[in-house]
Amino acid sequence: MMPASGYALAPAGPQAARLAQVFWAFFAVCAVVYVVVVALLLLGALRPGAAAVDEPARLRLVAAGGVLTALTLVGLLVVSIHGGHQLNPMRGAKDVLTVQVIGRQWWWELRYPGTAPDQEVVTANELHVPVGRPVLLRLVSRDVIHSFWVPELHGKRDLIPGHDSTTYIQADRAGVFRGQCAEFCGTQHAQMGFLVIAEPEEKFQAWLSAQRTPAPPQEALSAEARRGQDLFLHGTCVMCHRVAGTSAGATMGPDLTHVGSRATLAAGSLPNVHDHLRRWVADAQSVKPGSHMPPTPLSAADQDSLVTYLEALR
Amino acid sequence: MRHRLAAVLVAALGASAGCKHETHDVRPAQELSQSPGGVVLSTLFAGGVPSAIAGTLKDSQQNAYAMNEGKRLFDAYNCTGCHAHGGGAIGPALMDAKWIYGSSPENVYQTIVEGRPNGMPSFRGKIPDFQVAQLVAYVRSMPGLAGGFWAPGRNDAMQVKPGENTVSAQAPVRAPGAPPP
Repeated sequence: MMPASGYALAPAGPQAARLAQVFWAFFAVCAVVYVVVVALLLLGALRPGAAAVDEPARLRLVAAGGVLTALTLVGLLVVSIHGGHQLNPMRGAKDVLTVQVIGRQWWWELRYPGTAPDQEVVTANELHVPVGRPVLLRLVSRDVIHSFWVPELHGKRDLIPGHDSTTYIQADRAGVFRGQCAEFCGTQHAQMGFLVIAEPEEKFQAWLSAQRTPAPPQEALSAEARRGQDLFLHGTCVMCHRVAGTSAGATMGPDLTHVGSRATLAAGSLPNVHDHLRRWVADAQSVKPGSHMPPTPLSAADQDSLVTYLEALR
Repeated sequence: MRHRLAAVLVAALGASAGCKHETHDVRPAQELSQSPGGVVLSTLFAGGVPSAIAGTLKDSQQNAYAMNEGKRLFDAYNCTGCHAHGGGAIGPALMDAKWIYGSSPENVYQTIVEGRPNGMPSFRGKIPDFQVAQLVAYVRSMPGLAGGFWAPGRNDAMQVKPGENTVSAQAPVRAPGAPPP
C-alpha cells in the first residue's frame, strides 16, 4: 500500500483543488511580470538610449509603472481572499463524518465516535475516510503544538494544546495519501507521518465495523500467539498500550487492538512486516531515537512469540 | 585595544570550558531496560539497589531530562491516580516532609519496585529500570530534595502547588518507628 507522492498540485479534494487554483493564478501573473521586467532590463542594458524621452514623459512612465504594480498586487490579493473564502465549501454540509485527531509525540491517535462508548473506534496513524463524503476533523493535542497536513487534500491546520480546532477534508477519489506533522514538535517530528486511506463507502463501513470488534479471544490464537499474549499482558507493554478484549487498557501509546491490520509502524516510519515489528518492539530507539517507546529486552524466541501475537491482532 | 579584545575572548573561551553540558541517553543499555528482577527484599528493610542500576539511579538525580521524563511518566503510569499531583489522595502526599519509607533515591526505588504495605503496589516487571530511576528523580524533586539546581519542565496549566524548581528543600521527618534509612 504505497501512498501517493504527497504533491499539493495533484489535488484529491476540493480544498486542495482551490489552493492549486490560487497557486496557478499567482504563478501565471508572476511569470508574466517576470518576463516583462527582464525584457525591459535587457532593453535598457543592451540598447541604452533606445527609448530616450524627455523629463515629463519619464515621470509619466514611472507613475504608470507604479500604478500597474499596485493594480497587479490588488488583483492577486482579490484572488487570494476569494480563494480563502471558498476554501471550505462543505461547511454546514449534511452527512458529515466526524473524526477526532489527537496529536501526540510522535504519532497520531484517531477516534471515530460511536453511538455508544463500545462503538467508538480508536486507531493510530491511519485515517480511513469514505470517498466523496465531507469529514469534520476535530484536532486536539496532548502535548505540544503539531500540525495536520495532507498536501493532496488540504492546507495545514495546527493542533494546539488546550484549544480544539476543526477543519474539513474530503477525498474526491480513492487512494492512499501521506500526511505529515508540519509543525516542529521535537526530536522525531520528521517521522510523525500518517496515511489517509480514501475508499468507497461500503469498504469504509466494512473497515469501521471490523475495527469495532475486540481482539480475538485466547482460544482463537495459535500456541505461539498465546505465548506472546502472555508476555504482552505480564510485561511492560500493558503500561502504555491497549488491546480491547484483554486486561491491557492503557492509553499512553497507540491502541494495538488491530495493529496487525495497519500498513505502517511507528507513525509511517516502517512498513508493518514481521522483521520491522520485531525490531521496533526490541529496540525502538534504533528506529526513532528519543521516541517514548522504551527498548524491550527479550530473548529471540520471546520476541517471535510477541510479534506473532501482535500480527494476530488484525 | 586589540590586545584587550583578545584577552576577553581567551577568558570567555576558558570560562566556556567550565560549562558542563548535561547529557541524556536515549538508548539506555540493555540491562537498564530490564524490569527490575533479582531477589525480593523485605519491605521493612531499606536495602541497596541492584548494582546494574546504582550508577544510573545516582546520575538521574542530577539530570533535568531524567526528572522531566519522570514527571511525564508519573502521569503516564497513573501515579497521580493515588498520589494526585503530589498532594496525596488515596496514597500519601509526596510534596510534604514526611516520608514513611525513607527519602534517599535507594528508598524510593525500593518503594516503587517492591511496593509497600497498605496499598503501594509493586511495579516489579512493569517499568524498565531506567524509567524507575527517572521516576525517583521526579518524586524527590517534589519536596525539594533534588537540590535546587535541577528541575523538571514547568507545567503548561495553572497549578495549585509551587513549581518543583521553586520548592525549598524540606528535611524529611521520619515517621516514628520507621526503619533506619
